[in-house]
Amino acid sequence: MIQLDGISKRFGGVRALQNVSMQLRPGEVHCLAGENGSGKSTLIKVLSGVLRPDCGTITMGQQRVGHLTPIDSVRRGIQVIYQDFSLFPNLTVAENLALNSQLEHREWWVNRRRMWQTARQAMDRLGMTLPLDASVGELPVAQKQLVAIARALVQDARLIVLDEPTTALTHLEVDALFRILRKLRIRGVAILFVSHQLREMQRIGDRYTILRGGQVAASGPADQFDPGRITRTMTGRSITDERHASDHPATGQTLLEVTQLMSEALHGVSLRLHVGERLGLTGLLGSGQTALALALFGLQPVSSGQILWQGRPLSIRSVQDAIDARIAYVPEDRLTEGLFLDQSIERNIIAAHLQSVQGRLGLLAPRRVRRYAQHWRDALTLAAPDVSAPVRSLSGGNQQRVVLAKWLSRKPKLLILNGPTVGVDIGSKEGIHKKLQQLAAEGTSVLMISDDLAELARHTDRVLIMHRGRIVYELAGDNLSEQTINDHLSRLE
Amino acid sequence: MAKFSYQHESILLLLLLILSATIGWFNPAFFGPGNLLSILKSCAIPGILALGTLLVLLSGNIDISFPAIAAASMYVTCKLALSAPWLDQMTLLVLLSATIGCLLGLANGVLVHCFNLPALIVTLGTGSLIRGGLLAFVGTRIVANLPSSMIAFSKATLFPIQDAGGQSTGLAISVVIYFVLALVTHLLLMRTMLGRGIYALGGAPESARRIGFPILGIQFFIYSFVGLLAGIAGILHASTVRNANPFDLAGLELTVIAAVVLGGTSITGGRGSVLGVMLGVALLVVLGNSLILLGLPSHWHQVASGLALILGTGLTAWRSRKGQSERGV
Repeated sequence: MIQLDGISKRFGGVRALQNVSMQLRPGEVHCLAGENGSGKSTLIKVLSGVLRPDCGTITMGQQRVGHLTPIDSVRRGIQVIYQDFSLFPNLTVAENLALNSQLEHREWWVNRRRMWQTARQAMDRLGMTLPLDASVGELPVAQKQLVAIARALVQDARLIVLDEPTTALTHLEVDALFRILRKLRIRGVAILFVSHQLREMQRIGDRYTILRGGQVAASGPADQFDPGRITRTMTGRSITDERHASDHPATGQTLLEVTQLMSEALHGVSLRLHVGERLGLTGLLGSGQTALALALFGLQPVSSGQILWQGRPLSIRSVQDAIDARIAYVPEDRLTEGLFLDQSIERNIIAAHLQSVQGRLGLLAPRRVRRYAQHWRDALTLAAPDVSAPVRSLSGGNQQRVVLAKWLSRKPKLLILNGPTVGVDIGSKEGIHKKLQQLAAEGTSVLMISDDLAELARHTDRVLIMHRGRIVYELAGDNLSEQTINDHLSRLE
Repeated sequence: MAKFSYQHESILLLLLLILSATIGWFNPAFFGPGNLLSILKSCAIPGILALGTLLVLLSGNIDISFPAIAAASMYVTCKLALSAPWLDQMTLLVLLSATIGCLLGLANGVLVHCFNLPALIVTLGTGSLIRGGLLAFVGTRIVANLPSSMIAFSKATLFPIQDAGGQSTGLAISVVIYFVLALVTHLLLMRTMLGRGIYALGGAPESARRIGFPILGIQFFIYSFVGLLAGIAGILHASTVRNANPFDLAGLELTVIAAVVLGGTSITGGRGSVLGVMLGVALLVVLGNSLILLGLPSHWHQVASGLALILGTGLTAWRSRKGQSERGV
């Protein structure tokens, strides 16, 4: 058993962890939940020995220590599986699994037979069959993760810490991961499952510890928690689950009408979007959702089809055409597509709308820039005291708000969002959804591409399901719920 | 161990065969035993240097100072041998030159690691420092009367044969040394933990550190090994051309790096093989040889190396991109 007592850690004036205590028991999946910035990563780093706590003790079995070094931590059987997995992409699966133990035995020669034996044993223990001689770089993400878990076992892990293990996995892969975790549980390994995905925690967790602001907000066996309590504890407020129907249901005024749009990935898409409507778009991965968004934003050429914008034909050949029509697009991967990470918050916010902050001679007016950025920061409840700080320093949810601010500041008529809340914690998610609801009420139309069924069911007025570049189902009104979306999705092969 | 799909190597071999066949078609002298043996001999020195460069590139680093190290170890060794006649034995001379090279290489390693400087800049600096120091403090004059053991070595061949013109040729001993060093390097990379460590370091440096590879030791070893091979290549070169010229070998780094990259070694580290490098070297040498047989002036060699470098990197980059899109990443 591994026990943490009264662990505290400060960074300058910030208390990252305050008096945190928790017990990690063999054969138990312990879920560590908390919003971004609640201290989860700091706690992981204390366990892996990367960070030295200011006070508190760690007890492992009979031994009590003040802090761990990285080597200590591994020797005592703590294995952290980071999101990057720390694998060698250019080496084979067998090598990745067995190099550690060969290094530990201080061997000079590669003992190929023992390497394969070690690797095969590790695979057998998990009941997996991966090609041992495949190069790891060529495996899909889910299999890389399995290799990382198998490697942890080779090193006699007593505690495996999984840092946000499901972010890059599909539903089926998550199922496979959970089967493996259950096997580990039976083998008596302690598992610390760090996540903010409620649904997944509920499926696998035996015990929860919820952090808020660096403190343990609640801790106990799983049956003491329901989704409502977890959410309340994580955010410190209650977030309701009901459907947020529009206050102004679609007025009947059409903003956008697309007829038989064709391109490489689109095979005749027709849709109609009303003023102030929130339209959801979903489907299996790569069914044309993103292609449609890119086509509407002038990033992907279309071969034929017609787009009517406020009743008039519109040709969108470039991003500039889309911007002129006041269409805004918030891409899926905000980090690579939507933000200049090393630039300040204010520069990111004004990037799409320089005219409004120009002074004389067309130069930027610093004070106007500052005021403008602060206005949008407040409007979107962006948690950043200083708008001149780089965007990189913000949490995921706040970064997403910066992207939103950048496009909202242009007062778009159509806002296209691709996976708006992926990787965003519950509290920030709610903030973004509220803002979207308010925008729709003010007459902005929203096209939301998402795989999050709950989000689609609660925060859109109508959902279109795409398959192979066509729209195949439309769900609205009483017909729209998580269940119905799921049913329709599973009807596609 | 790697299930090595020797795909790249097969392509190179095919290219080499096509190129040879084409040249042989135009000029049957190409396939004469004399020419083939001379091609092997021309492979030896760039080949030995390329083995060192392979190691550095595998670890995700670079070294461009090895021609200077080769020249310095060779020239200093020759000077010493001329003033101390008891040194006049080829084995001793090779060992001496290798030791000098090894120490100079180690200095590179220390600079790169301890000051945490980019290897390109460090070796650009040390290369020019070594060459300049050699000319300023040791001498600028070409040594034409080499120690007698070096002359004897250059004449010695294995399996002597008489070619059509009645001249005697054979397998130069430098070629044997090259093959032995290649085998040693191959075994080192594939069969020792040190070698796996070099691949690991090139593939994911942070992970290599995390699982406990002795990074410092590995880096020192790599740079010393490059220096050692440069020392050997230097002395073999002097013996082959039968003089010791401190200005020699300059600019060879381009050809050698081109050959290594053409051999399928990734410039960002982690991928490459000894066999690939040997084929890359052979391809460039045959290309150069054919240019001579075609009667083109020698500056076309540089054009060929430049093209090979761009082609080699381009090919690897294109293949990895293709691989990614096939996996749907």
